[in-house]
Amino acid sequence: MSAMRLAAALASCAGLTVLALLPMYVDAYYLALAIGLLQFTVLATAWGLFSGPTRYVSLATTAFFGVGAYTVAVLGELLSWPLVLLIATVIGALMAVIVGLSTLRLSGLHFVIFTFGLAELIRQLVIWYEVNKTRVLGRYVFVDITQKDIYWQLLVLAVAVFVIGWLIARSRLGFALRIIGEDETVAKHCGINVTVAKVTLFTISAVFMTLVGAIMAPRWTYIEPSIAFNATISFEVVIMALLGGAHRLWGPALGAIPLTLLFEFLAARFPTASTLIMGVIFLLIVYALPAGVVGLWDNFRRQWRPQRTGQGVKA
Amino acid sequence: MGSSVTRFAAGLLAVTGAALLAADGPALAQSSVKIGYALSRTGPNAGGAAVTTLPNYEMWVKEVNAAGGLKLGDKRVPIEVVQYDDRSSAEEAARSLERLITQDKVDFILPPWGTGLNLAVGPILNKAGYPHLASTAVTDRAPELAKRWPNSFWLLGTSAGAANTLVDLLVKLRTEGKIGDTVAMVSVADGFGIDLSGAARPALAKANFKLAYDKTYPVGTQDLSPIVNEVKALNPDVFIAFSYPPDTLGITEQARIASFNPKIFYTGVGTAFPLFKQKFGANAQGVMGIGGWSGDSAPIKDYLARHKAASANGAEPDRWASAVTYASLQMLQQAIERVGKIDREAVIKDLQTGTFDTIIGKVKFENNLPTKYWWVGQWQDGEFYGVGPATNEGARTPVVPKPAWKAP
Repeated sequence: MSAMRLAAALASCAGLTVLALLPMYVDAYYLALAIGLLQFTVLATAWGLFSGPTRYVSLATTAFFGVGAYTVAVLGELLSWPLVLLIATVIGALMAVIVGLSTLRLSGLHFVIFTFGLAELIRQLVIWYEVNKTRVLGRYVFVDITQKDIYWQLLVLAVAVFVIGWLIARSRLGFALRIIGEDETVAKHCGINVTVAKVTLFTISAVFMTLVGAIMAPRWTYIEPSIAFNATISFEVVIMALLGGAHRLWGPALGAIPLTLLFEFLAARFPTASTLIMGVIFLLIVYALPAGVVGLWDNFRRQWRPQRTGQGVKA
Repeated sequence: MGSSVTRFAAGLLAVTGAALLAADGPALAQSSVKIGYALSRTGPNAGGAAVTTLPNYEMWVKEVNAAGGLKLGDKRVPIEVVQYDDRSSAEEAARSLERLITQDKVDFILPPWGTGLNLAVGPILNKAGYPHLASTAVTDRAPELAKRWPNSFWLLGTSAGAANTLVDLLVKLRTEGKIGDTVAMVSVADGFGIDLSGAARPALAKANFKLAYDKTYPVGTQDLSPIVNEVKALNPDVFIAFSYPPDTLGITEQARIASFNPKIFYTGVGTAFPLFKQKFGANAQGVMGIGGWSGDSAPIKDYLARHKAASANGAEPDRWASAVTYASLQMLQQAIERVGKIDREAVIKDLQTGTFDTIIGKVKFENNLPTKYWWVGQWQDGEFYGVGPATNEGARTPVVPKPAWKAP
């Protein structure tokens, strides 16, 4: 087993090197596509970090993504880039703690609706502030960041989200969350501080989403609330994570990568009907693959490798 | 489980199959000029793109191809179009353009609709060296952008230009004794309304107008009657609404119902739309708004007729950015034909320095910006004529005071 681990570690190192060198060899279009792939991989994985074990379906992705983008819009020209990212992290985390403390007591559908409303709430707050205080709406982001820089930052973020996800799954926190996901009452009776566990994970997940927004913002030059807080992102991330399977760390990535490629293919081939075809595909996914690609894989293993002991958490 | 896998696979197969069938092979013939654009076919920008941008792009391509194509040297080369849907998203617009440039290898690119998307694609077009004729973007940073991206041309000007022209017109009318000095201003709490009211506020103060009312309302406000009633109670001489199309229609309708009839009634985006005339008919008479064109000029009359004939349902163009968009295509065509080959750098140079004969008159850029804009228009006898700046050729004398509303 340890030999296999070593091989896997070597393979991922080699893979990472290839990915890190990629921008040197591809043209602007493939770089843009790679940025899209990384963006959704990080977003979907971060979404799965929280929603996978706890089974809360969150539509707040765009709220955090937008806050990150807006932080860059406001501070990007004033402060150095690492400082801007740090501030985005702090704002995203603070917001997640406040939102988490006030909403994670909600269950099921109530939580879904609240998170959907959250993005709109924040958007309206930003608009209110800009209209009444700064009297500008629509900000310009002229920072010295190239497409390659964006790619590399996203790549680092992707590595970070997987490493942190892997660490969490092995920690007491990860174990606690799995129990909460199975049965919250039981978890409470086991002496788990349910609120702290959920809020912590929600915050970690939200910080990644905020950072993706911040890193992507220089790509667009111009940020206004409707660009930063675009609700489609929330839905795309959910459907990607569902296609991949949110109960495994690498599941959402398995959904994000094929779907990003598929959207790209549809946008290129069916410029006028891509949205329609996407809708049909979403239906197909929910209808035919309720447990996602990961579910297929698990089933496959169960069928072909009969009865290995236990469910063996493999994250 | 097996069956659901099969179902999914079958579905996916069907989709990809359809995709492959529709995928027509790229035309390898060298005998065409490839022109690409990504427009918002879906999402919040779709309405604007469908009225102002798409009909002009389609009409221009049709006209050029009917004449045999673009004249390169001594032969005519037809235009081949590659188009995408940017789904009103900045990220999608950016990626579509990168696809047009590196995958489809198009010769020229026509810009997307709206300020935000034009800014999002600005750096891409600049880096790849494509001319960028932004004909639907209003931004106060236009002069700075033109300097930053010398390939970009900002045909619709700045919001400060729009607000200042309006105030200049008010000053002139006040000097002529046609209006007093109370102004009521409302603006939509979004980019357009905030920028314009932000520019108008100091300009009005400087010109010693009394700003009796100055409020914003959120995008998508349905019930505008409280605003109109509050303003009516103040009885201002001038009413200014920096509004978006749905509110432009809503405010005008409410004003008519409440018989609020100030000497000057000005509304924002949408006043110049053909829809405005359809909805209000004779009541449009005297309403001012942003935009306008030289409705008496022969090229504009001809353009209007061709536009009506070219669109399937006989749709008319709007009286602001439509003509500018079409003129930008004429400029691009003249620049390409003068250069005589696909040489984007030379075309950009020609756009920067040349003079162009367009439906909106002779255009010559100064620092990549036009020198003449229509900022204030007014409905007069079923046409939305430009009235400001008054120094523009073809400017009509404004009808002031606005005639009373009639029962519909």
